[in-house]
Amino acid sequence: MNIRRGLALVVAVGLTSAISGAAGSAASERAGDRVTITLMTHDSFNVSKPVLRAFTRSTGVTVRVLRAGDAGQALNQAILTKDHPLADVLYGVDNTFLSRALNNDIFESYTSPGLTTVPAEYLLDDSHRATPIDRADVCVNDDKRWFVDHDVPRPATLEDLTQPEYRSLLVVENPATSSTGLSFVFATIAAFGEEGWRDYWTRLRANDVLVVDGWEQAWYEHFTAGAEHGDRSLVASYASSPVATVNRSGTNARAGTLLASCFEQIEFAGILQGTEHRGAARKLIDFMLSKRFQEDMPEQMYVFPIRNGAALPPAFTEFADIPSDPLTLPSDQIDQNRERWIREWTETVLR
Amino acid sequence: MRRLTWALPLAFLGFFFVYPVVTIIGRGLWPGGNLDVSPVGDVLTDPGLRRILWFTIWQAAVSTVLTLVAALPAAFVMARLRFRGRTVVRALMTVPFVLPTVVVGSSFRALGFGTSITAILLAHVFFNYAVVVRAVGGLWSHLDPRQEDAARVLGATRLRAFTSITLPALRPAILAAASIVYLFSFTSFGVILILGGPSRATLETEIYRQTTQLLDLRLAAALSIMQLVAVIVLLVVTGRLQGRQAVAMTLAPAGEAARPVRERGDRVVLFAVLASAGALLGTPIAVLIVRSLDTQTGFGFGFYRALGTLRDDSVLFVAPAEAIGNSLLYATAATVIAVLVGGAAAFVVARSRHGGVLDTAVALPLGVSAVTIGFGFLIAFDPPIDLRSSWILVPIAHALVAIPFVVRIALPVIRSIDPRLREAAAVLGASPRSVWREVDLPVAARGLLVGGGFAFAISLGEFGATAFIARPDRPTLPVVVFRLLGQPGAQNFGAAMAASTILVVLTLAAVLGIERLRAGELGTF
Repeated sequence: MNIRRGLALVVAVGLTSAISGAAGSAASERAGDRVTITLMTHDSFNVSKPVLRAFTRSTGVTVRVLRAGDAGQALNQAILTKDHPLADVLYGVDNTFLSRALNNDIFESYTSPGLTTVPAEYLLDDSHRATPIDRADVCVNDDKRWFVDHDVPRPATLEDLTQPEYRSLLVVENPATSSTGLSFVFATIAAFGEEGWRDYWTRLRANDVLVVDGWEQAWYEHFTAGAEHGDRSLVASYASSPVATVNRSGTNARAGTLLASCFEQIEFAGILQGTEHRGAARKLIDFMLSKRFQEDMPEQMYVFPIRNGAALPPAFTEFADIPSDPLTLPSDQIDQNRERWIREWTETVLR
Repeated sequence: MRRLTWALPLAFLGFFFVYPVVTIIGRGLWPGGNLDVSPVGDVLTDPGLRRILWFTIWQAAVSTVLTLVAALPAAFVMARLRFRGRTVVRALMTVPFVLPTVVVGSSFRALGFGTSITAILLAHVFFNYAVVVRAVGGLWSHLDPRQEDAARVLGATRLRAFTSITLPALRPAILAAASIVYLFSFTSFGVILILGGPSRATLETEIYRQTTQLLDLRLAAALSIMQLVAVIVLLVVTGRLQGRQAVAMTLAPAGEAARPVRERGDRVVLFAVLASAGALLGTPIAVLIVRSLDTQTGFGFGFYRALGTLRDDSVLFVAPAEAIGNSLLYATAATVIAVLVGGAAAFVVARSRHGGVLDTAVALPLGVSAVTIGFGFLIAFDPPIDLRSSWILVPIAHALVAIPFVVRIALPVIRSIDPRLREAAAVLGASPRSVWREVDLPVAARGLLVGGGFAFAISLGEFGATAFIARPDRPTLPVVVFRLLGQPGAQNFGAAMAASTILVVLTLAAVLGIERLRAGELGTF
């Protein structure tokens, strides 16, 4: 009776996906045939529909998007399912997680022709298993209007944030629960070194830094340029965030960026080992490096193109200051020390 | 028939709960094929982790006590007093139960609750209020008031009559509700993360951190085992207590026990309950609705319109109608699964000598981390059965949460079926199958419908396990809320509030629908 019908349904669902999988893999080898591939990514992935449709039209490849939580979760799911991959391509591994992805050997090598347009400094994996797609900067943003209204000069450096005139003004995210917060901690480690960063945070704490759990909370509930009744005029966010504070007439952005506080985030995509659609997966990587996709990214995901010569939307050229020399740390150093740093940060700032 | 009613819940729990949980714990404790239980010892000896364990236990205990204190008077009012708008008030009380934590957390903070232990406890009371009102109020409305009246006539004071007649009769329901509230608070995730502040961690948030961020499956497995042990101990103890305390009682049809509000005392209690529930449950919801209407250009439906247009050229965009459709689809599937499995389980618990075991077993998923279940799905359901990215996993995960409710709602109804009726049917020559079809099913159907309605509401709001399942792009309303909140800009925030308000309205409609069904019928919730 009902149980059998229910089971039959479940089995049928499993079978259809298996059958369509098998059929798809055979088809993918013949160029020009329609094939569907799966792109596994984090929750903030976005692309405009016309751009994705153009890809399907020109290659015959349909992309099914599988969202798997935040960047860390998506990567961990890919590692756990390595033997039977859930997808053909994984997008959204950033430089702070890159060595975990490479050490677990989830990607296969592919040298996309588009890589020639990418500055050499972003090619962090010599064997081209991970292809850089976009970059962003985690920076401290300030509410420019607040500083004018209160007649306080805008801070310029990380050191400034520990000074008395900026007391009780900064809100940051907990690095244990927020990737933004974690990148900001990396910024301070890159700036002050293993010896000095905890001391810096001790001084930030003495200057009444506010720690919240997530970016949403920091921006929407505390940042004076993002929240209705904000109480903090400095926030750890992104170099692109000021674009979200542009006024109605498009003449001015209320928020600005402390360029000296920026930590570089590079996001990568890779073809997952064991894919049955290698040809189509490669086409997707090529496409993600194409001018069309790269120029679509800023407005869709608030990130910057990785390739040379991709034009930025006007609001980005005008209101998003890009640091010329952002702070950075080697990926393997990050992966080896991440947990210890988070623990030490917790002891220093919260306990 | 009997074998099938055992088989269905056992097979479902075995395949969709035990198998994935054992697989993920096994991955942590049997790395490379050798059993290594040392992480369990590490957890017990690490002072940091012991502190987490202790905090998890006591915050859940205090949350449970506070919820009982706050909601028991409301249970009395809902069960015993007849007043205008009672149905609507009861439906409103259920809304908090299904609201996404992100939204409630945001409302709580807008009301001035910073991250603190007070905020955690209050939020747990907010979310679990309905569980107590429905579970205890349900039984209370069927208690024959004449027993208490008789005690009064014989000279007992009001208090004495209550403590020696009503309270013992209510005990099983209070214990059942308390154990569910405890489980929810014990495994509470969003509330701790959002309102607890960065320095507070529970077993649940620690399992989340170890699994999703650090990929330390060893430690996560050890923590999951601690969680399981604690939950099993709790369920067995409350199960025992319930069994021992159960007293024979005369049940009256609901409604007969309720009296119009005439006495002064009744009026005072009614007013106190409505005022406190309004403050506690109503304020955060009111904040949410006001924010959804408060656009930069004055009050209006701007954010609701924005829901349908905001970034509608991108793949992240979901038309509101589509999100509502997805939510309804998942909720319907989850309801069907929960009613079938939970219904079968309820019959087993009611009729079989060892049914109590199943009663405990179906409640277990409430006490196990959503991360453990979600990541367990991921590695357990790999090829050849590959269900990992099938949409059906979402309603199945919802059903795991809903089944214990269906069982607890349907159980008293099934128990109320007079055995003499079934015997009579059998004597008159009905086969066991037709006895079941003609006698059991029609009576049980009411209880199952009510349970199904509750399952529907649970599924509408659920955002725990689903957050940890890689899912094809078929976002539900809570997912839309979450996504909008992840982007900067007042428009996105307002639209998130608008989507949450739509969720409130949908829930209210679903719960009012249930109220229609149960009108005048027997049923605990």
